[in-house]
Parts: sequence; C-alpha cells; structure tokens
Amino acid sequence: MMDAEELYQMLKKSQEPKGYYFNKDLERVFDLMAALLFNKERYGYMGCPCRLVSGDKENDRDIICPCVYRTPDVEEYGSCYCNLYVSKEWNEEKIPHAYVPERRPPEKILL
Amino acid sequence: MANKPVKVYSLSTCSHCKATKKFLAECTVKYDFVDVDTLDGEERAAIVEDVKKFNPKCSFPTIIIGDKVIVGYKEDEIKEALGL
Repeated sequence: MMDAEELYQMLKKSQEPKGYYFNKDLERVFDLMAALLFNKERYGYMGCPCRLVSGDKENDRDIICPCVYRTPDVEEYGSCYCNLYVSKEWNEEKIPHAYVPERRPPEKILL
Repeated sequence: MANKPVKVYSLSTCSHCKATKKFLAECTVKYDFVDVDTLDGEERAAIVEDVKKFNPKCSFPTIIIGDKVIVGYKEDEIKEALGL
C-alpha cells in the first residue's frame, strides 16, 4: 500500500514535466494525497476528493485524478477544481486565485 | 450578529469543504453539516436532490446561510451572509 509521500513523489515526477505543479500549500496537497488513497481504498480508484464519487468506475472515468477537467481549468483559472494541480503562475501569485467552478455535468452524478 | 441557520452540504474528503468548516468554526458560527459521500442508497439520493434544489450543479460545499446559497468556499460571501 502506497503512502501519501510516495504518491506525492510519483505524481510530482510524472505531472510537473507536463506543466501541472502541486499547490505550494503542501499541507493541503498532503491532505488531498491522503484523500485520494482513501478513495482508492473505498472505491477501487482515485476519484476526485472534491466530487461525489459514485463507485461506478466507468461512469467516473472523467473524475479519476487527474480529471479530464484539469486541462481546461488550469488553462482558464491556473488551477484544477480542487486546487491540487496548479500552474507555475498560480503558485507564484502572478494570476489571481479565482474560484474554479464545477465543469462536470450534474447528470454524471449517479445515485 | 443575527443567528441565521447555517447548513453545509459537504464531502468528507474535499479540501474546500474542510476549509469552509474550519472557517465557520474560527468565526464561532454554529452550523450543521452532512458529508454526502458517507451516505448511500436512498439517504444519499434524498440529500443529493436537496443539494440540487439549492445548487443544480450539485457541487460541494454548498452552503446555506439563512435564505442565501453559497456555492464553494467563498470567504467574502460567507462573511457577508453571516453579517460579519
């Protein structure tokens, strides 16, 4: 079982070269790492900690972290919906830390 | 400060939800909350329907302060609604 530090290091290595940086608020980042591991344990996949995960992996493919909305959100707001992945400019406070609205269609929320 | 009822629809894992709860606690505001991810079956379905009435996107946190609905952890809007 991977721990939060291992997950952090693994993702940092794979995501930073793509231009997605972890929020400089590491307390928040590690809290989200733990939440992702918790979701992996309870659902079997790393569903977004900031969204209502259904437990149906096929349905939730769009919100398996990193979610499909990360690209447009980082492009438009400099941050993903969770404030986990951000751009360099966001971390350097060169752009405002605006609220990132939910892009996921509500129909995707399965009951 | 008027004592408006405060209700937070949240997720147990969500960073914005945690920040909201922490902020309300720091403001010594009494609030009710429900972590929707910890519910299942009919209970979850009923609460999701409630959330959708306030916030059709059904995103979290959805914060109800009196008759005001705030979607997301927006400190300024929360303060204003609370009259802080």
